[in-house]
Amino acid sequence: MTDPRTPEDQTQPTDLQTPDGQRRILTPGSDLNPRREFMRSAALFTGTVAALGGGLEVLTRRPGLSSAEAQATDPFSRPDRPLGPYDTDEKVTSYQQATTYNNFYEFGTDKSDPARLARSLKPRPWTVRIDGEVRKPQTIDIDTLQSWFPLEDRIYRMRCVEGWSMVMPWLGFPLAALIRRLEPTSKAKYVQFTALLDTKQFPGQKQQVLKWPYVEGLRLDEALHPLSFMAVGLHGRTLPGQNGAPLRLVVPWKYGFKNIKSIVRITLTEKQPQTTWALAAPQEYGFYANVNPAVPHPRWSQATERRIGELGRRKTLPFNGYADEVAGLYRGMDLRKNF
Amino acid sequence: MTVGGLLPVAVLVYDALSGALGANPIQRATLQTGLLTLVLLVLSLACTPLRLLTGWTWPARIRKTLGLLGFGYAALHFLIYLFDHSFDLTLMTEDVLKRPFITAGFTALLLLVPLALTSTPRAVKRLGFARWTRLHQLAYVAVSLGALHYYWGVKKDHTPPLIYAAVIAALFLIRFLKRRPARSARTGSRAAKS
Repeated sequence: MTDPRTPEDQTQPTDLQTPDGQRRILTPGSDLNPRREFMRSAALFTGTVAALGGGLEVLTRRPGLSSAEAQATDPFSRPDRPLGPYDTDEKVTSYQQATTYNNFYEFGTDKSDPARLARSLKPRPWTVRIDGEVRKPQTIDIDTLQSWFPLEDRIYRMRCVEGWSMVMPWLGFPLAALIRRLEPTSKAKYVQFTALLDTKQFPGQKQQVLKWPYVEGLRLDEALHPLSFMAVGLHGRTLPGQNGAPLRLVVPWKYGFKNIKSIVRITLTEKQPQTTWALAAPQEYGFYANVNPAVPHPRWSQATERRIGELGRRKTLPFNGYADEVAGLYRGMDLRKNF
Repeated sequence: MTVGGLLPVAVLVYDALSGALGANPIQRATLQTGLLTLVLLVLSLACTPLRLLTGWTWPARIRKTLGLLGFGYAALHFLIYLFDHSFDLTLMTEDVLKRPFITAGFTALLLLVPLALTSTPRAVKRLGFARWTRLHQLAYVAVSLGALHYYWGVKKDHTPPLIYAAVIAALFLIRFLKRRPARSARTGSRAAKS
C-alpha cells in the first residue's frame, strides 16, 4: 500500500519503508527479529481483515432466510382443481417467497420484518365493523363473516408498485358478495377499508412512517367487479400474519399497496376516501393505482417488472394483464391524471 | 486492508449461491453494494478529521485504500443496476436524464472515476500536490450526492439515509473548524517552497 502522503505526514518520521514494501517500525530498543516481525504482521493482517470485513458486514448486511429454511415450508404450488375463469396458469410463487418478502409497514419497513414479527398479530378473536351507507351496519366476528360465503381459490398475478410481481393462490370470497349482503344505500359511491391500529400487535406503528391506521378505498363499481376479492387464505392455508391475516383485500389489476391487510372496518361512503399512500406521497401514488406500464413512477419506470423467483425482467401489462375485464371501468378517464 | 474490504463481496457471492439474499436477490445485492459504497466513502473521508482530532498518522495511510474500495463497490453497484436493466444503455440514459435519484447516483459515480485514476503516487507528482488535492476534494461532492441518492431512493423510512447525511455533515464540520485557523500558515509555507 503506497499512498500520496500529505506534507504533514511526511514531517513525522514514524516509520520507514523498505524496498519490498514492508513497513518497519523503528522504536528505541525494538529488535528486528524476522520471526517476531512476521508474527506481528500476520496478527496485524488478520486483525485488520477481521475488523474491517466484520465491521462492513455488520453495518450493511441484510440477510434473508437460508435456502434450507426456504425449502422446509412449501406445502404445494397450486390448488388441486381445474383453472377458473379468472385464474392465471402462470407458475405460482412459492409459499416461502410469498410469506417472507412482504411490504407490511405495520410491522416494519424492511421486507423481512413482517415474517419475523408476524407472531405479535393475533387474528382470532377478530371483529370487522361494517358501517356507513349500508342498510345493515354491524360488527361481526371474522369466523361468522367467513361462513356467509363458500370459499373459492383464485390464482392472481400481483404487481407491486416497486417493480416486482408474484403469482398468488388466494382463498376467499368475492367482495361483491359481501357488499350486496350489506345492502348499500343509493348514496354509497365508494368503499373505504381500515386496517387494525394497535401498536402492541403492530410494532411498526410506533413509528409514524405512515399515517396510521392504514386506509384504502375503491370506487363502488370497482369493488363490485367480479375480480375484486377478499382473501382469508393463501396456498390453501389460513392467511399468515405477514400476508394480512385474517382478512385482506385483493384487487389484482391495481398495484399491491391497494390490497389492504388485516381489515377491521369496511365503510361505504359518498366521498372518495383519503387513502394512506395517496396522502403520504400524492405525486407518487394515486387513488386509482391501476397497473400501468405507460405511467412511470417518478423514481423508476413501470414498463417492466421482476417476477419473484426469476432474475430477468418481463414487460408489465396494462391493468396487470386484466385489461379485457376491467378497462371498461375507466372509459373516458385520463389514466395519466388519475394514476 | 484490501482483503478485509473485499470480504463482503465473498459473503455476497456466498449468500447469492445459498439463497440467503431472499426472494429478490438482485434488489438485495443492489442495496448492499450501495450501502457498502457509502460506508467506505464515509470511512475514507473520516480519516483526515480523525487525524486532525487525534494527531494519529495511521488514518491518513489507509485513506486511499478505503476510497478505492468505495469506488470498487460503487462500480459493482452500477454493474448490478446495468444487469437489472439487461445492459440496455437506452434505458439507462433515460433513467439518468429523467430521474433525479438516478442522476445523483450516476454523477457521484462519474466523479469518483478521476479520483480512482489519479490515486497513484505518480499521478500526484504529475498533477502537483496542490492540484491533486483540489481534484480530490470532489470526494466531498461525490459522497454527498451518494447520500442524496440513498435518501431519494428510499420509499418512506428516511432514518438510515439521514444518519449517513448527519455523519457526513459532522465530518465536514470537523474539517472546517480544525482547518480554518491553520490555513493561512500552511498556504504561506507552500508558496515559499514553490
